[in-house]
Amino acid sequence: MADFNFELVSPERLLLSERVTEVVIPASEGEMTVMANHAPTMTTIKPGVVTVKAADGKVSRYVVFGGFADILPTGCTLLAESAVRAEEVDHAAIEKRIEAAKAELEDGAHSDEHRTRVETFLAELTQLNGILVAF
Amino acid sequence: MPSLKDLKNRIASVKATQKITKAMKMVAAAKLRRAQEAAEAARPYSQRMSVVLSNIAQAVGSDGSAPGLMTGTGRDQTHLLVVCTAERGLCGGFNSQIARFARDHLRKLLADGKTVKIICVGKKGFDILRREFASLIIERVDLREVKKIGFENADQIGKKIIGLFEKDEFDVCTLFYSEFKSVISQVPTALQLIPAAAPAEAVSTEAGAAAIYEYEPDAGEILSDLIPRNISVQVFRALLENVAGEMGAKMSAMDNATRNAGEMINKLTLSYNRQRQAQITKELIEIISGAEAL
Repeated sequence: MADFNFELVSPERLLLSERVTEVVIPASEGEMTVMANHAPTMTTIKPGVVTVKAADGKVSRYVVFGGFADILPTGCTLLAESAVRAEEVDHAAIEKRIEAAKAELEDGAHSDEHRTRVETFLAELTQLNGILVAF
Repeated sequence: MPSLKDLKNRIASVKATQKITKAMKMVAAAKLRRAQEAAEAARPYSQRMSVVLSNIAQAVGSDGSAPGLMTGTGRDQTHLLVVCTAERGLCGGFNSQIARFARDHLRKLLADGKTVKIICVGKKGFDILRREFASLIIERVDLREVKKIGFENADQIGKKIIGLFEKDEFDVCTLFYSEFKSVISQVPTALQLIPAAAPAEAVSTEAGAAAIYEYEPDAGEILSDLIPRNISVQVFRALLENVAGEMGAKMSAMDNATRNAGEMINKLTLSYNRQRQAQITKELIEIISGAEAL
């Protein structure tokens, strides 16, 4: 199968850069699978799991917290706000994010638009937490 | 004239100081390497970010739906200055350089009759600016407890800035930090965060690619998600550059201090030896003249 270059970048460092055949990313409009020669697409990402199928058939999973993906026929770059390998994910850290989002909601000092955003984020986080517990 | 014992004590104390400065220099060198690595590791992200941002800005720019963070409020009455400095001193002119640069900018704004608000990141800048502009400082971010600056630290500052903008607290936001040129040269820099100045150089090279992108959701929505993120990334980059700069400045400052201490020891040893010789000669003269008198 045709492979392409996939890069997973977080603000702190380049996490992954390798040839892959298939990447499943949690785009904000629903999960999408990127394969070689995908049409150029730019999409935002919600918190979720990225599944990477390397050229040698090895599958690895990463947990990302929001960001966006830049997809070109020749490669895919995922700019994640924060990303960790699914095996190393820290449940306490997710709980902490959920708590922080909840606190922000209760703060009430923000505009409605902002509150809606936080609410969606909170829902996505809770969902992610559910998925991870099932692992 | 200090006695022999005094000189000996001075030499011992200068030697002890030299040991400390030498150790600090080596610590700074090790930290500098780590800071440089961190800054380098963060580069791919900010590069990709600016490419993507200019692509989208171009796609959106034409229909005028760009979000407020990009266009600003249309006024420039209230300015917010985010001044990033180090938490610790003993790094030469590093902190005062940034503070002076920010202060010049501040005075100019005040002279033009603008309202100015300051957020201080780092203790040293706060200490310097507090003397003159205590009433203008609205917030102080303390990173002293933070061993290694992570994206979360920058993100908190970024969110704070955006929160203030949403409450209509300021019109223009400028970030002050020190750009890390090399170990011996750090240049204080001002970077306008809001309204964001679109990175012009990337636009021309990416112009061809921009036209065929599909956006999901539409470009405007991605942009409004991207720009707050970009602000955090810029703050993050500034903080990393600052750490690298601080360590570089500290290294050269401590190197200077070590060298000065060495010079001082040489000088003191010389006068110690001279005085010891003088004392020996004096004693000899006493003995000889005593013997002659017999």
